[in-house]
Amino acid sequence: MTDKKKVPRQPMPEQAPDKRRRNFEEVPLGYSAETAVLEASRCIQCKNPVCVTGCPVEIDIPGFIRELRHGKFAAAIAKLKEKTALPAVCGRVCPQESQCEERCVLAKTGEAVAIGRLERFAADWERGQGEAPLPSLPPKTRKSVAVVGAGPSGLTVAGDLILKGHDVTVYEAFHKAGGVLVYGIPEFRLPKAIVQAEVDFLAKLGVKFELNAVIGRTETVDELLARHDAVFLAVGAGLPSFLNIPGENLIGIYSANEYLTRSNLMKAYLFPAYDTPIARGKNVVVLGAGNVAMDAARTAMRLGADTVKIVYRRSREEMPARAEEIHHGEEEGIELHLLTAPVRFMGDEKGRLKAMECQRMELGEPDESGRRRPVPVKDSNFIIDTDMAVIAVGANANPLITSTTTGLKTNKWGYIIADSETGKTMKQRVWAGGDIVTGAATVILAMGAGRLAANSIDKYLKIGW
Amino acid sequence: MFKIVERTEMAQGTVVMNVIEAPKIAAKAQPGQFVMLRANETGERIPLTMADTDPEKGTITIIYQVVGKSTALFKTLQVGDFFTDVLGPLGKPTHIERVLGLVICIGGGTGTAVVHPITRGYKNMGNRVVAIIGARTKDLLILEDKMAAASHELKICTDDGSFGHHGFVSDILQQYIDSGEKIAEVVAAGPVPMMKAIANMTRPHGIPTQVSLNSIMIDGTGMCGGCRVLVGNKNQFTCVDGPEFDGHLVDFDGLMQRLSAYKENEAQATAELDHSCKLGQMK
Repeated sequence: MTDKKKVPRQPMPEQAPDKRRRNFEEVPLGYSAETAVLEASRCIQCKNPVCVTGCPVEIDIPGFIRELRHGKFAAAIAKLKEKTALPAVCGRVCPQESQCEERCVLAKTGEAVAIGRLERFAADWERGQGEAPLPSLPPKTRKSVAVVGAGPSGLTVAGDLILKGHDVTVYEAFHKAGGVLVYGIPEFRLPKAIVQAEVDFLAKLGVKFELNAVIGRTETVDELLARHDAVFLAVGAGLPSFLNIPGENLIGIYSANEYLTRSNLMKAYLFPAYDTPIARGKNVVVLGAGNVAMDAARTAMRLGADTVKIVYRRSREEMPARAEEIHHGEEEGIELHLLTAPVRFMGDEKGRLKAMECQRMELGEPDESGRRRPVPVKDSNFIIDTDMAVIAVGANANPLITSTTTGLKTNKWGYIIADSETGKTMKQRVWAGGDIVTGAATVILAMGAGRLAANSIDKYLKIGW
Repeated sequence: MFKIVERTEMAQGTVVMNVIEAPKIAAKAQPGQFVMLRANETGERIPLTMADTDPEKGTITIIYQVVGKSTALFKTLQVGDFFTDVLGPLGKPTHIERVLGLVICIGGGTGTAVVHPITRGYKNMGNRVVAIIGARTKDLLILEDKMAAASHELKICTDDGSFGHHGFVSDILQQYIDSGEKIAEVVAAGPVPMMKAIANMTRPHGIPTQVSLNSIMIDGTGMCGGCRVLVGNKNQFTCVDGPEFDGHLVDFDGLMQRLSAYKENEAQATAELDHSCKLGQMK
């Protein structure tokens, strides 16, 4: 018997920073089978696995790791798929360090089992085997569900309910299914072929996808209710926030949504092979410090920037981005300009961005979020030369659905009010989940909300509201 | 996939009309609303205001000027070919009502296609409607017959005097203002300098003036914010708050600047297309 404690957490092989900063290929390369088995051997198979309690979709973590450890990769992926429709996605973009891995018993004395990397390994192994076997489907219930929005929450509901025998149609406004997984998260963090494979798998199970369907315009929720038994709304947050400072409409200033959608969904990084253009800034500034800001900054570097600066009014500790993203970004040459706030943008005579005025900040008393409030330092203004800026300071609720649907209740920010245990809205036969309920959050939280709603919808279809 | 069932070249082939099968959109569309179109997998999403709809046949009509790579690509599509994607109807419909006084609908260039359903809507509502349309030269005029049918009076202008009034659409508008007849509403769509001139002309007289904007956008549903424009010093999204706004409040200079954002890319893309077309001919 090997002493489990002696095997260290296995590092993830990665593309070298100086190479990857100029290409769009995936940064982490994935475990080899040997490494995966070795890492899996570190799991001590707790009787009461606390890691599972940190997972919004309650994956049987020791269960799938046990299979991996014995080299039973097919059994491992089957175990994962009992709880998640998107293992290849979750293995890559979940914040494991603040969920399952944070609770891992090994983390108390050393390093947690690399649960996310193992999940990714199992999913990638399966994709490498060719066609994934289809699970056996139960008899059809002849009930039908409309899912509005093909992002992580919607895809989870679709996957769960098709496996329970219901008919599922997913309505998506864009020309491609995947939501934030295709328009928001860049190729180098989540290859689009992986998302497509997950969507294709759902289609093979019988999920119907209606693309180019913007609910609220092409059809209303009430029209969907006329031909479906239940409707799940998962349309995302959907409206970008701006800073509302002078000069914000200058050419070269993007919302993160626009910048990332151009690059990811429309493949502007391959212009002119693809027709959608994108600015290739030389000295880029990104306002904000979350995962979206990091994605924008790292995209700008790959599009040929000389310098990319993250400008954030608080300190490093308050940066909402995952530690891994910040680390990867810094390795690639992204500069962090902390305790710095934008004051105004300045342009040339053609209306193109050329500089940004900033001011220094210092941390004062804690604010309502519990974080120390940034306070401007007097007479500290200075200028940063920049030809492109990306504003990544969050999103607001898109009113397209709520303004065209009677009986839905929203909170003061315009997000849909839904029960946190069931996803039920104030309107009969309508559920909601993901960012349109919580405001901008993570892929896995949206999936967790989808899981709860799917259970509630299934229950309704079988026994009633 | 969205099939083209009718196709007409207009204005010496610089403008193309397509009638497209899109029954769900046709059933819902109202004057003033637009669609986003993509010709193929590598294509851009292009917003175009619908020039007409036929809910019974399940078709929508678009009219576009060939100005860059994407519209050049659109032009290669023949009857029986397909647009890969058509999304809509998007934007707020024009608020059309019975008003006290004359309604003047002004279209410049392909803006005429935008004002056509609005003009007809005002007429059908029982208003007296004057239409003014203009183009650089006679051969570039479009929709004269349809605009004549959609209004009570049609005035035509050309910049070079080759047909109708020698001058701008704003000259004719000025004549109506000077006549003293009560003008209840002006609606204008066309090049930004034209809409700006019209708004400046009606502002001192307090004549309500709606303009239809053609901002650059990606999704058309409020998600990207690329189409933002200052209206009354407040940023509005053309896709969901518009595309029509109070012309007296729009920052036309800012709009014009933002429309020039990709001029260099456009030149590059068009050059590539020309190049590949020539290669295609050589085969």
